[in-house]
Amino acid sequence: MNAQTAANNEDFVLSVEGLTVSFDGFKAVNDLSFYVEENEIRVIIGPNGAGKTTVLDLICGKTQATEGSIKFRGKELTKMSEHAIVHAGIGRKFQNPSIYEDLTVFENLEISFPRGHSVFGALVFKRDAEVIAAVEEVAETIFLSEDLNKTAGLLSHGQKQWLEIGMLLIQKPDLLMLDEPVAGMSVAERKQTAELLNRITKGRSVVVIEHDMQFVEDIAHRVTVMHQGKVLSEGSMERVKNDPKVIEVYLGH
Amino acid sequence: MSMQNIRAFMPRQDLIAFLVLAVVIFIAMPLAMDIFRLNLVGKYLTYAFVAVGLVLCWGYGGILSLGQGVFFGLGGYCMAMFLKLESSTPEATAIQSTPGIPDFMDWNQITEIPWFWEPFHSLPLALIAVLIVPTIFAYIIGVAMFKRRVGGVYFAIITQAVASILTILIIGQQGYTGGVNGITDLRTLLGWDIRSDSAKYVLYFVNGILLFACLLFAQYVRKSKLGRILLAMREREDRVRFTGYDVSNFKIFVFCLGAAFSAIGGAMFTLQVGFMSPSFVGIVPSIEMVIFCAVGGRMSIIGAVYGTLVVNWAKTSFSESFPELWLFAMGALFIGVVMAFPSGLAGLYRNHVGPFIEKSYKRLRLSYENYRKPDNLVTSD
Ligand SMILES: Nc1ncnc2c1ncn2[C@@H]1O[C@H](COP(=O)(O)OP(=O)(O)O)[C@@H](O)[C@H]1O
Ligand SMILES: [Mg+2]
Repeated sequence: MNAQTAANNEDFVLSVEGLTVSFDGFKAVNDLSFYVEENEIRVIIGPNGAGKTTVLDLICGKTQATEGSIKFRGKELTKMSEHAIVHAGIGRKFQNPSIYEDLTVFENLEISFPRGHSVFGALVFKRDAEVIAAVEEVAETIFLSEDLNKTAGLLSHGQKQWLEIGMLLIQKPDLLMLDEPVAGMSVAERKQTAELLNRITKGRSVVVIEHDMQFVEDIAHRVTVMHQGKVLSEGSMERVKNDPKVIEVYLGH
Repeated sequence: MSMQNIRAFMPRQDLIAFLVLAVVIFIAMPLAMDIFRLNLVGKYLTYAFVAVGLVLCWGYGGILSLGQGVFFGLGGYCMAMFLKLESSTPEATAIQSTPGIPDFMDWNQITEIPWFWEPFHSLPLALIAVLIVPTIFAYIIGVAMFKRRVGGVYFAIITQAVASILTILIIGQQGYTGGVNGITDLRTLLGWDIRSDSAKYVLYFVNGILLFACLLFAQYVRKSKLGRILLAMREREDRVRFTGYDVSNFKIFVFCLGAAFSAIGGAMFTLQVGFMSPSFVGIVPSIEMVIFCAVGGRMSIIGAVYGTLVVNWAKTSFSESFPELWLFAMGALFIGVVMAFPSGLAGLYRNHVGPFIEKSYKRLRLSYENYRKPDNLVTSD
């Protein structure tokens, strides 16, 4: 499949090829290749320490690749700065909710609104009707309309996860990367989040890392299974679930 | 600016704090003190420029600089160089072996004014230098550190190193800098005797006005989105970076702003006190300036001004009786404040005095309203 896809990899939103990163000789990601299509929801699963988070770190520029290439709409990302990668259209949610607890929900979303990102732009930034409308729209999507003036630190764990997703949404990224978005959520919140993801993924590609198999079944178009920095299996959830290699890794632990 | 914008820039609580401080600085102090004491307060207030800068830099941005004396000193030296050249006329220095150059140069066998002193013949150039030299220096340090993602304790230590290197340089290059004594015996500004009582009054008010200009700008920064980005950065630097901001630029900006404020303070120090020396540049004064800010409350620009006044007043009273104990007292004060009152005087005010005033105000209004409605008196019980 790789040979066929590599030939026309301009059609992919994201193409990762031969990606390797070595931390003092330990290859956390080892010659990894995968391709994400337009409007696809891709879920990456794998045991702890498989290198999933590191893959997202490499894509968003947090970690420098030792080898390999990451192309986003044909643009090489491995040499770009973090903020340039964001401006190219990639949004990333961290594994632990990463929000500004001292600021209000409104202010959290406002900072993420894609305007006034230079020093001067931030100094003269005005909270105009456009900003307010965008913040309110996103707040509604992430179930936080009632909490706009609340200090973000006071939100529940699940609400914090939603807020961070909202902070990405307001940037209207073409590729959304979510690291364990339902970790630590109640069953009801997981359901709500699955519904939220299905709604917000219209018109963009999404890469999600997740452990919760029910949740994966609910949202995934395709699944990539990682193990020890490599792709172990890839395809539909059905196919992956029945792959003997996957069964061995999951049951063997 | 619309009414709403003004309210966002200056909420009622802040407006009251600004007004009270204005009354203290421009009315109460000048009325209550003779010129000797007032000049002393004026000197203290020059450190408040540094403390206000530190509120933005450290309180908001989370960047602890232990070398703000560098910028205070550079601003002060730029001013002092101009004043020194003005007072080193050939007539005034006729007894020197080379008349017409600053006295300390003559003592160090220097026979002509070095090139980097030349621009300081001109007041406009000197004033520009007061602002630009320290800011550019801060910019260079900022780019070198923040672009490499040096921060936290490492950054604090490097600013300490810069402060001590600059002190050593100034002391070592006696012929160009006046050495350990500094640049002394400054007398006139464009012929105006800055040592006279009337000049000291004028300079006190100029200093106060400049401090308020800095406070208003700091307030603007605080209330702008940039202020919120600084807070966000302090808490979750990575989140800000992966939201598309170049975090280092914001750090460089706020560090340069703190340097520019400090430089204005330094120049006003030179004008009011009549000299500038390396003892305001090094590690100890730099740490003292951080303590002023911490005592005032590192999140409060107005608090920083009071913190500066209180600590300096304590220092003056204390070191008159026990000069050798002052450093220890200062250290204890710092640790005490950080441990027990992390929000400093501003926090004490907010948590205790503020609610008390608010409550008294409400009670007063209530009784006034009751008084206005005479039938209430009958029905109230
Ligand atoms: N910056 C780093 N330096 C050294 N080792 C790292 C670094 N980041 C991740 N690792 C290691 O790489 C491996 C993969 O980690 P990670 O990507 O977080 O796994 P996952 O998200 O799949 O649980 C782990 O063994 C981890 O300790
Ligand atoms: Mg992980």
